Amino acid sequence: MPRLGLRSLALAYLAAILAGPLALACYRALEHGVSPAWRALSAPDTIHAFELTLVVTAVAVPLNTVFGVICALAVVRRRFPGKGVLNAFIDLPLALSPVVVGLALFLLYGRGGWFGSWLSGHGVQVLFALPALVLATIFVSLPFVAREVVPVLREIGDEQEQAARTLGASGWQTFWRVTLPSIRWAVVYGVVLTTARSLGEYGAVAVVSGRLQGRTETATLRVQERYEGFDLPGAYAISIVLALLAVLVLLAMTLVRPREGGV
Amino acid sequence: MGERAGTAVSLGAVTTFLGLVVALPLAALGWRSASDGPHGFWTAVSSPGAVAALELTLGASLVVALINAVLGTVTAWVLVRDDFRGRALVDAIVDLPFALPTIVAGLTLLALYGPRSPIGVDVAYTRAAIVLALLFVTLPFVVRTVQPVLQELDPELEQVAWSLGASQAVTFRRVILPNILPGILSGVALAFAKAVGEFGSLVVITGNIPLRTEVASVYIFGRVESGSTTSAAAVAVVLLALSFVLLLSIGAVRRYASRHDRA
Amino acid sequence: MSIEIVAVSKRFGAVSALEDVTLDVPGGSLTALLGPSGSGKSTLLRVIAGLERPDTGQVRVAGDDATALRPQQRNIGFVFQHYAAFKHMTVRDNVAFGLKVRKRPRGEIAARVGELLRLVGLLDVADRYPAQLSGGQRQRMALARALAPEPRVLLLDEPFGALDARVRAELREWLRRLHDEMHVTTVLVTHDREEAMQVADRIAVLNRGRVEQVGTPAELYDAPASEFVLRFVGDAGELGGSLVRPHDLELLLEPLPGSVEVMVDRVTPLGHLARVELVGGDGAPLVARLTREQLQELELERGKILWARPERVYAFDS
Repeated sequence: MPRLGLRSLALAYLAAILAGPLALACYRALEHGVSPAWRALSAPDTIHAFELTLVVTAVAVPLNTVFGVICALAVVRRRFPGKGVLNAFIDLPLALSPVVVGLALFLLYGRGGWFGSWLSGHGVQVLFALPALVLATIFVSLPFVAREVVPVLREIGDEQEQAARTLGASGWQTFWRVTLPSIRWAVVYGVVLTTARSLGEYGAVAVVSGRLQGRTETATLRVQERYEGFDLPGAYAISIVLALLAVLVLLAMTLVRPREGGV
Repeated sequence: MGERAGTAVSLGAVTTFLGLVVALPLAALGWRSASDGPHGFWTAVSSPGAVAALELTLGASLVVALINAVLGTVTAWVLVRDDFRGRALVDAIVDLPFALPTIVAGLTLLALYGPRSPIGVDVAYTRAAIVLALLFVTLPFVVRTVQPVLQELDPELEQVAWSLGASQAVTFRRVILPNILPGILSGVALAFAKAVGEFGSLVVITGNIPLRTEVASVYIFGRVESGSTTSAAAVAVVLLALSFVLLLSIGAVRRYASRHDRA
Repeated sequence: MSIEIVAVSKRFGAVSALEDVTLDVPGGSLTALLGPSGSGKSTLLRVIAGLERPDTGQVRVAGDDATALRPQQRNIGFVFQHYAAFKHMTVRDNVAFGLKVRKRPRGEIAARVGELLRLVGLLDVADRYPAQLSGGQRQRMALARALAPEPRVLLLDEPFGALDARVRAELREWLRRLHDEMHVTTVLVTHDREEAMQVADRIAVLNRGRVEQVGTPAELYDAPASEFVLRFVGDAGELGGSLVRPHDLELLLEPLPGSVEVMVDRVTPLGHLARVELVGGDGAPLVARLTREQLQELELERGKILWARPERVYAFDS
């Protein structure tokens, strides 16, 4: 029966590419017992790496959320020339290599870059410091909220907002009481995707961070550091923690994911 | 506030944010890539390392995109049409590569398909590893673009085809496939874009052997580390242009897909 | 090609859609399956088509047992309420689909498609796409598509339900004429009693998965087998425990023998006729149908007391 054949094919594919490797990675993290894993996880530099990742995410996600909502409203509800260009720029981070992103920031804020000399002249360090990490993370996780909200806004139309206006609501009241509640789940889903991306960013931050242990090393960079230091159990242990975070995010995604036609 | 004023303000906010975060860094990138003049650009892009890296990247990405076109569609089919215990779990797992940091993905694949592989499959430091890593990170794309289309597909279309004498295979070829093809194509374009720019998952498992297993993003990274930022920028601009082209084709696919919906 | 349905039952989970349904559809007839939603009429149609498998019972087409056959093997034509048009194919390609699938020669397909398109009046839009057609045109295309492979049986599932009133009326008449020309055994599912009465040779009235009565439109109207059929096929009022059809109710200004006192509740003019709602002595509602002349003669207004005499009543056990 073709049904069983297709099912086996799909499941075998998923097992070979996803499930199998993940299971083994968990094993590798703990195969020498809990202590090497624990040692890696409890090292001060590792803890700092996680803190840094969380701080960067905590800055990037709200900024991208506010931007995403404003952007979606502008694109769907307002008329202006150059919408195509705007859309292209919003979608670009999805199609762009993170290394290219990192390099672009490196060139803008580095020594000899357009902003670089001005900033260092004023004692502000962007590259190899927290601001660069934040900027890189904002860039790569930019599109998600906007892309999730746009189709929902389009579908619900502006009749409710018009009704609110006729009832005397101001622009802000209309937004807060009518528009926002109707896009609520799209925003939440977008936030979940943005958070996942921010937590897991590697390529762009690898270029701009300088990888100073205990200073500008995020969790993902820490994994690489442990791997290059031949601490495989440590690298896997940190990976598993990141994977668990990913699973939590996945859970949130599955629960919140807009069903077809639903809000 | 007035309609025009509101548009101006939100547009202003959006363009400032995008300008600062996305446009300026990319402009700096373009500027630097041209700083050695067209001749310098060409030399950087046509060097043996760069050419090998670009060829490898495009070739591997194409292979991966095609595999995804087939297996991604099969997986979407099984998730929508089939029913078995644990289907919801499998459906959720498909999103895992979206949530997992790319470097963790690389390490995870290394556990099962690297030097200490328990099943004896060791593809580390080979080109096969590139395909493997790219399959991991691009897995969700085609599945998630085809799923909603399959779900929305009117069952009456298939039923009417059966009543007219079409077998399951003919119905798939003549009725279902034409309707899901746009979904497949846009998923393939997204997967291709992701594959071309992929970095984190490849860094660990491929060994980054120049001219053999070094992909374009790793090549760029290497050039940055060795200080040749101009030649790095040149190759990066090539990737940037490719990303733009892919974005435009996704838009074109979307318009093509809805051509029969318009009266 | 006659169709015999023998003791067919079908459940969906806890819901019984069809219960022991036995029905004969004479070859060449246009039979309507009439009933309210949930009566099982669409399920029955789909069982005939092979789109649903009955839990028990048999479906026989032209004497052969078709119960185990898949839809592809039954040589039937099916038309859905929402057209199920192949939107990625032109009208011509839609109609040709059944023939292409049977690998007929090109010339034969072109000829047959042309003939059908002329029959349904869509020749001039043959190269357009369904999205460019009106609802009525799409449904005619769906009919042509179903008829192209010369099916033994034509099945229509509320085919005019999605169309506006005027188009619906036009297509009803058109379907009747088409059937008179082509004589394909046709089964039509509808919840609209007027449609069934106008179009069908025979009507099977279904209610909650069971067949209440089968007969010609006249038989159902004049000799209903149950209260359900009486009420479904026409208006009825209550008078002393029996049921009365509006046009069987005579309204009098004096209490003649056999009449009952009633009060006028509401008068609704409906073009040439008027509908008069009355209330009987026991509070039971009655409906009378009068011509405008009769209305004027009686000088009816709300609250007026009259006497109503039924010319005919219906009574059923249970």
